[in-house]
Amino acid sequence: MNLTTGGAGPGTGPLTDPVTGLVPAPVPGPVEGTAPDPPYDYPGYRSTRLRAPKRPLLPLPQGETERRGPLFGESSVDPADSDLTIGGTGAPIGERIIVSGRVTGSTGRPVRRQLVEIWQANAAGRYRHGTDNHDAPLDPNFTGAGRCLTDDDGRYRFVSIRPGEYPWANHQNAWRPAHIHFSVFGTNFAERLVTQMYFPGDPLLALDPMFQSVRDRRAAELLVARFDLAGTVEHWALGYVFDIVVGGRGQTPADGPTAL
Amino acid sequence: MPTGTSPPTLTPSQTAGPFVSIGTEWDATGQAVPDGTPGVVYVEGHVLDGLGQPVTDAMLEFWQADPDGRFPPESVFASWTGFTRALTGQDGSYRLVTLKPGPVPGPAGEAQAPHIDVSIFARGLLQRLVTRIYFSDEEELNSSDPVLAGLGGPSLVSRLVAIRQPGRQPGGPARASTFRFDIRLQGDQETVFFAPW
Ligand SMILES: [Fe+3]
Repeated sequence: MNLTTGGAGPGTGPLTDPVTGLVPAPVPGPVEGTAPDPPYDYPGYRSTRLRAPKRPLLPLPQGETERRGPLFGESSVDPADSDLTIGGTGAPIGERIIVSGRVTGSTGRPVRRQLVEIWQANAAGRYRHGTDNHDAPLDPNFTGAGRCLTDDDGRYRFVSIRPGEYPWANHQNAWRPAHIHFSVFGTNFAERLVTQMYFPGDPLLALDPMFQSVRDRRAAELLVARFDLAGTVEHWALGYVFDIVVGGRGQTPADGPTAL
Repeated sequence: MPTGTSPPTLTPSQTAGPFVSIGTEWDATGQAVPDGTPGVVYVEGHVLDGLGQPVTDAMLEFWQADPDGRFPPESVFASWTGFTRALTGQDGSYRLVTLKPGPVPGPAGEAQAPHIDVSIFARGLLQRLVTRIYFSDEEELNSSDPVLAGLGGPSLVSRLVAIRQPGRQPGGPARASTFRFDIRLQGDQETVFFAPW
């Protein structure tokens, strides 16, 4: 899959919109070996302009507050919250999917009994949110939010419907690829992560500034779920696997904290 | 920032986007303790962007020790989790209801002044931002705090210190204290943000 736009890759010219002939949001070429996280200041994503901090981040030594993290118990989660298709009076419209995976630390250790939350658009690409003005129908049987705790092996599993792509105001004819927002807690404060899961083969990935903001191509590929035939339930739902690795955000403690 | 030859294994961050409240509203009471708990304090403020405009779609997470400087499961305070979160309102405001943390040890066991770690998630933030809330009525402990001392000057220190407001909380419980702490994402008073990793 070609994850790049712009002129940096071999054999790729500026990628123009086939309908309008316009070049989408400016996206520089890929950078191998950079930190996995996107920069705060990323011109292709317009909202960063007034929100990305201008001063460099300062180191925060790992004291007791950073070495610890919130603990979530069984009481914080209703088991039904992991099935986004059963909250209404009928089945939500759309293609039923099963998304499962494992949350681990950078050494492979499972993140046990921790909270995983997801939120997403419905099958038509509309969020149940007051500020979503997309002209697509709401689904009375779909709230688009779910949560669960990982098990002792760090595994989680959600039943949902495949979210639709949706337009946004970032640039001309801008569309978000289909995605599910993920929020996970690691075992300490430093491992907190909010990210997005994408679907394999989505042609919008190459045009999406958020996905493209992850400058390391191998890191970006970690955001794309894997189709999972073993997790597919015959006559019922397609399976996808999305594993999540949390950790020291590109540095080992031995490296010491440095400004990004 | 080049990191050499080690392959990236961590899942990259992505923005929480404008609809973060859908997924995180369950715990978003802003109450680490129920309002009215003896010793309760309020931390209030606004989140502002580079034009000074309110950030109306942010989700803030607060993580802190209890008044003894302990975290779960060691905390002896009833149902203390040390964690809560709050969504900003249409004016960019937030409100935290909590107990003041006690001093906690730093990396080498040295005392750190009472503080609350804050994570900020919002549209336009491709990663969370992290800052710390200190308290203006802890002058002595603040003056010896290693993190504040490392900032490089009183102007930066002042951006991390929540200011105790005079007088009582109107209509609130007796002796409740209110602290004011604004978060400025940009500008000449830009909040000090940390890389806690
Ligand atoms: Fe989204």
